[in-house]
Amino acid sequence: MGYLRRHPRAVPYLLIAPGLVWLGFLFVVPLYYLASTSLQSGDIYAGFQQTFSWSNYSDMAVQYRPQLVRSVQYAAIATIAALVIAYPLVYFIARRGGQWKSLLLVLLVAPFFVTYLIRTLAWQTILADEGLIVGVLRDIGLVAEDGRLLATSFAVVAGITYNYFPFMALPIYVALEQFDGRLLEAGGDLYANPVRAFLRITLPISLPGVFAGTLTTFIPAMGDFVNAQLLGTPKQYMIGNVIQSKFLVVVDYPLASAGAVMLMVLILAGVFLYARALGTERLTG
Amino acid sequence: MRLRRRIGYHLLTLYAVIGFGYILLPIAVIALFSFNDPAGKYNYNWQGFTLQYWRDVLAIPALREALFVSIEIALLVSVIATVLGTLIALALVRHAFRGRGATNLLIFLPMSTPEIVLGASLLALFLNLGVATGFGTILLAHVTFCVSFVVVTVKARLTGFDRQLEEAAMDLGANVTRTFLRVTLPLILPGIGAAALLSFALSLDDFVITNFTKGTVVTFPVYIWGAARIGVPVQVNVIGTLIFLIAVGIMAVGVAISVVRARRDRALAAAAR
Repeated sequence: MGYLRRHPRAVPYLLIAPGLVWLGFLFVVPLYYLASTSLQSGDIYAGFQQTFSWSNYSDMAVQYRPQLVRSVQYAAIATIAALVIAYPLVYFIARRGGQWKSLLLVLLVAPFFVTYLIRTLAWQTILADEGLIVGVLRDIGLVAEDGRLLATSFAVVAGITYNYFPFMALPIYVALEQFDGRLLEAGGDLYANPVRAFLRITLPISLPGVFAGTLTTFIPAMGDFVNAQLLGTPKQYMIGNVIQSKFLVVVDYPLASAGAVMLMVLILAGVFLYARALGTERLTG
Repeated sequence: MRLRRRIGYHLLTLYAVIGFGYILLPIAVIALFSFNDPAGKYNYNWQGFTLQYWRDVLAIPALREALFVSIEIALLVSVIATVLGTLIALALVRHAFRGRGATNLLIFLPMSTPEIVLGASLLALFLNLGVATGFGTILLAHVTFCVSFVVVTVKARLTGFDRQLEEAAMDLGANVTRTFLRVTLPLILPGIGAAALLSFALSLDDFVITNFTKGTVVTFPVYIWGAARIGVPVQVNVIGTLIFLIAVGIMAVGVAISVVRARRDRALAAAAR
């Protein structure tokens, strides 16, 4: 205590030290080892040596190009779908929720506390060939008589959209919640047209939330492999499926690490371009 | 114009009803099939109503074991991550220091890294250092991804905190330790509690990172992953339903407390006037 009184400047450093040491050893150092492993060669029997084999990256990019492309496509479609579903819903809660606002929010978030895998298996049941939805869609002719939903790209994208829904909904809700409803009333008086009032006031104010939501949905969606595995077939596999099977089934650690580094680089590049397009102040603001 | 506005109003209500239906549909399916009495190993089709699996929720030894391992890990993780994260949040909100920006970045990065990259990099670390994976490495991995969420949650609570309360306590003669224990801690405790619950939930739910760091240990999600290929027992639906009910219950209590508090504060403010 006496030491702290004499050196008040040391206090914040002592507070952050344990957590930062932890993150340093178990977040930063592992990324270094991932990058290092991605340049090794060898096999599980003879062992792996550091040979700076950049060929792991070219092998990955050539052999698993469809999975890489698919990851970007699925993640992009799922992100847009989540935005379209989430925006009006959280707008409803923020503007019209009234005294029920908090409880509606609880109802919106609680499903996502149920174990991820159980939720995904529920979609397996919902989209199953003998399930209700396929039956109705067959009756009205939207799905062919022998058509299916499960084991298709649709099922995988639908699963991703659902599973990362709160990552989209919550940032938009926070952005919408923070602004003054009277602003909208004043805007309504000035513009008269509700569509214009929305476009000129609500939408710009919610954009930082939309921006944050798109990123926090797109990033985990890019790395997902659970939905492709449980709701799709190998034809729908994404880069995540390749990384996890190379690591844990085939035990080709260097190739798997190269895949993980490539995923990370793709995401960072995407975030950078997105931030450039929208203005960087929105990223931190 | 007025008619169009009214149509828009009702359309939004309709949309919200459908939206909530979509969000809750899988939960309804999970709950419904927890009462199913499947003929074979696969719990896909409705066969008949039974309460058997609610009674025998812990009857499968492997499932019970996995659930207990998960709960044990989640408890330890929530304690460690909450301590580490709360200390960082205190430093970030209450102190201006060199390296604050870098600290914020280091907190932000794990949350914006895909789980598969976190898991893969941890496995790369353990492989290169020759660390055997198992219970301990799962624990290390879970704390790592929970710390950032604790920092964010506690920070949100600390930011709305009135520092004059602490100054008042000091003026009245309380020393630093006493002020922290009697004034600061009780005020930020709800934030710390929320962060601990969030860590618990994140740890209990995690499959992807666990899958890389588990060795031969089987947690609850790992059990489900294995069972998904051969047919998931009905008990998993029972546990899923219970998790949903507990989550709703805890959050509803939180909402109720904040409503009561807000009312009391308003009454006090009115009385003071």
